[in-house]
Amino acid sequence: MSWRRFFRRAFWDRDRAEELRSYLEIETEENIARGMSSDTARRAAHLKLGNTVRIREEIYRLNTISPLETFGRDLRLALRGMRRHPGFTLAVVLTLALGIGANTAIFGVVDGVLIKPLSYPNAGELVSIKQVAPGLNLSELRMSATQYFTYRDEGRVFQHIGLYGDGGTTITGIGEPEQARLLAVTYDVLQALGVQPQLGRLFTESDATPGATPGGRPFAPVVILTHAYWQRRFGGDLSVIGRRLIADSNPVEVIGVMPEGFRFLDMEPAAEVISLIALDRSGMRIGGFGYWSLARLKPGVTIADANADISRMLPIWLEAWPTPPNTGGRQEYEKWKITPVVQPLKDEVVGGVGDMLWVLMATIGMVLLIACANVANLMLVRSESRRQEFAVRTALGARRGDIVREVLVESLVLSLVGGALGVALASAGLTLVVATAPTTLPRVEDISLDPRVVAFAILVSLLSSMLFGALPALKHAAQHGAPIVGAVRGASSSRQRQRTRNALVVVQVALALVLLVASGLMIRTFAALLHVEPGFAAAADVQTARVWVPPQQVADPERVTRLQHEILDKVAALPGVKAAAFASAVPMEGPLRVAVTPIFVEGKDYAPGTPPPLRRTKMVSPGYFAAIGTRMIAGRDITWSDIDGRVKVVLVSENFAREVWGSPAAALGQHIRDSPPASTDLWREIVGVVENVHEDALYRPAPTFVYWPVMMENFNGNALSATRAINLVIRSDEAGGERLLNGVRNAVWSVNSSMPVFLVRTMKDLYDESMARTSFALIMLAIAAAMALALGVIGIYGVIAYVVAQRSREIGIRLALGAAPAQLKRMFVRQGLVLSAVGAGVGLVTAIALTRWMSSLLFGVERLDPPTYAAVLGVLAMAAAMASYVPARRAAAVDPVQTLTAE
Amino acid sequence: MPRRESPLQSETPQGTLDMLVLRVLVMGPAHGHTIAHAIERGSEDVLQIEHGSLYPALHRLENRGWIASFWGTSDNNRKAKYYRLTPTGRKQLAAQTTRWDEIVRAIGRILKPSTE
Repeated sequence: MSWRRFFRRAFWDRDRAEELRSYLEIETEENIARGMSSDTARRAAHLKLGNTVRIREEIYRLNTISPLETFGRDLRLALRGMRRHPGFTLAVVLTLALGIGANTAIFGVVDGVLIKPLSYPNAGELVSIKQVAPGLNLSELRMSATQYFTYRDEGRVFQHIGLYGDGGTTITGIGEPEQARLLAVTYDVLQALGVQPQLGRLFTESDATPGATPGGRPFAPVVILTHAYWQRRFGGDLSVIGRRLIADSNPVEVIGVMPEGFRFLDMEPAAEVISLIALDRSGMRIGGFGYWSLARLKPGVTIADANADISRMLPIWLEAWPTPPNTGGRQEYEKWKITPVVQPLKDEVVGGVGDMLWVLMATIGMVLLIACANVANLMLVRSESRRQEFAVRTALGARRGDIVREVLVESLVLSLVGGALGVALASAGLTLVVATAPTTLPRVEDISLDPRVVAFAILVSLLSSMLFGALPALKHAAQHGAPIVGAVRGASSSRQRQRTRNALVVVQVALALVLLVASGLMIRTFAALLHVEPGFAAAADVQTARVWVPPQQVADPERVTRLQHEILDKVAALPGVKAAAFASAVPMEGPLRVAVTPIFVEGKDYAPGTPPPLRRTKMVSPGYFAAIGTRMIAGRDITWSDIDGRVKVVLVSENFAREVWGSPAAALGQHIRDSPPASTDLWREIVGVVENVHEDALYRPAPTFVYWPVMMENFNGNALSATRAINLVIRSDEAGGERLLNGVRNAVWSVNSSMPVFLVRTMKDLYDESMARTSFALIMLAIAAAMALALGVIGIYGVIAYVVAQRSREIGIRLALGAAPAQLKRMFVRQGLVLSAVGAGVGLVTAIALTRWMSSLLFGVERLDPPTYAAVLGVLAMAAAMASYVPARRAAAVDPVQTLTAE
Repeated sequence: MPRRESPLQSETPQGTLDMLVLRVLVMGPAHGHTIAHAIERGSEDVLQIEHGSLYPALHRLENRGWIASFWGTSDNNRKAKYYRLTPTGRKQLAAQTTRWDEIVRAIGRILKPSTE
């Protein structure tokens, strides 16, 4: 057998036919020469040669690649069948395209976000290092610089370990002052990631010598630019290496440019300038847990090994470094019970969206199952109409395997066509997802329709073709030997078929119910979130923008605050501004800018080594709560005269007041401080209590808060401290508008022309971000549930319509005998409802079992929420009734004379 | 469809017909008709075959590259397809003949009464 001959069979056939003809002519001639008559001679020659057709067939077979040949034949038959039934084909292909397309799209997201390794070399070796402190009831404690040094010196499992943080840096010296997104790293972070610069070089240890940090800035005077920043600010100028910039009023030298594809984990917004953290070991103490950390493990080292190694080093670390003053010494830190939590770096980047994505994947998988059930139903109906054809072919010698194979090939072709269309849909869907994905969805840039996703689509197509093709194929195999005559009316086997179809509908309804419950629960979650009072009001009217006063420009804290006050007055005077204030951070900005501090309460005893609970703290200007819309529950706001007069006042949140003193009113006049009670009188009086604010997200409980004034004496080790980085909070109808923003910029620049205004957002943006995860899940689940319901309805409709068509003769007789059309209608509707009820029962049990997996997505609603289940059952019952009523009405409209004479 | 074997394949030992064809072609190129008659005569009419079943064998041999074909004119001026032995075919014939002779001798030793 050879492929060349396989494709030249037709040529060979003609050639042999001619050869055989030539034999006949020669033989005939010889026979004539032997004295036969020409007729006899020809007949004798034919006899001698034998059956020429059979000879040609045999030669043809010699050139055949047999399985391929039969496959080709089945394929042609399938295509012909599809062309002959365009309606059926279209219905099947579209159903499958939707099912496979949706699955492929979601798999594309799952693959890009959860499965693909991070885009660093040997990304499996990369880990994030975190720690928890159960003794402090702290679920996340960042790393301190001293730990970094100990781990680097004593560690046995790391190739590289580094610290990093993010922030902003004011870049001047190239055009307008600008706040650039800063990634701050120790020299080994980029080495750990294994990335290479596009231009110049990476940081080295010698760049970070402590003597190299001018002006008290904790960074070495070298920077690396990211590709985007290099393009934007330097137009991709190759001579950028060696250029000097001014970063936060300090000269720095550009030593490298990162390549275009470089992204640091999932830093959002992306870094623009990378600075080198310069750490001075001398005089370093144990505190200062302010850094994140990542490491590259040595090959073959497991996460457990890494955890064990760090656990081993923690006592060494506590021994090696001095403890800060005013603390309970080493014993205090031992009581923290610091425990390392090493995780794959990917888990750190992906965060908590894994749950949601897997729920979506499962959901969409169910939609595909429903689609397959529907298609199987269609196939059964179609094969019903082909039973006679199959019976005839069986009688003519077709084997059972031939017909089963043919049905399977047909399913395969249908599902592959559907799959191809599905991939096109998925491609469009993925583009949409990437464009509209919530900012909380990490690694969006890794989502693409790559070969793996396409392979998934093909696999899913093959699997679904088996799912929906197996049933009709098995049915054919089972009915082998059915009589030709009357095959169409085999009553018993048709009842069995009807059972199969009923089972399919039950499955469909059950799955649809599960999806409806899931999306119903999401709707309830969404509604519950909308009812959460965030702790601020009319978010769309609140404009925020950040301004930073660098110490190099204004050193004196008093002048900093005065300057900020001046800016505030100018902003407040802008047209349309109803209120203006500022704070160190606005709600929902993320944990970075909110301090977490132990707060001591007057009158309570604190044994040495047992610090009080940690509270979140912020600095606020007078009028901040009024501007952002947080209600005063008791007492009064801070005033400028408090600040100017250095009056020791403070505000607390309602939940803090209730926790400590029982009621907001009882908190007024009480005193708190941020350091252990000592000789100096640092108690600050609570003058007001404000509404709780959902600082982290709507679905997280509101944390307890302490609000300090923006300028205080004797705070945090400083004689006088101001808040250099502030967020302006401006209430105006024009929030988000260009006119207001220009006004704000001009107000800031008229006070100091080298201060950038950045991170311009409205509170609505932050609020929407906080809702993003839920709304994304809600939309996806709602789409899935709608598809499921539609497919389920089509399933019920199809079955009832088929029953009506099949029993039209019986209906005709009944009508002729005087049955009321309404009664017949009821009969069929009842049948549809019974099927749906069984499906709903199965679905309820399934839903109760499966919704457990989505509890992490829910908020303010139980996963067995009765109203949701009731509503879903109601919707389903209505849909089922409608789906059966339409074909039932057709039954009632049957003309008895016509149906009875049609037979 | 169930496969039907050609009568020749089922009634003569495997490869026998192939060898007969090759043997005929040692004498020089010939067309199908000649080969069929030559085999019939050469076997002293022991092998009564339908001449048609020769053609699949010819096709098979040609596929294996043992014989090659060309269109020519017969003695009585008819267009006919001629076959000739290729060098590979010649080698095959030699090898198969040796093997065949060995088998025949072996059979002969078994069947003949021992005279020694």
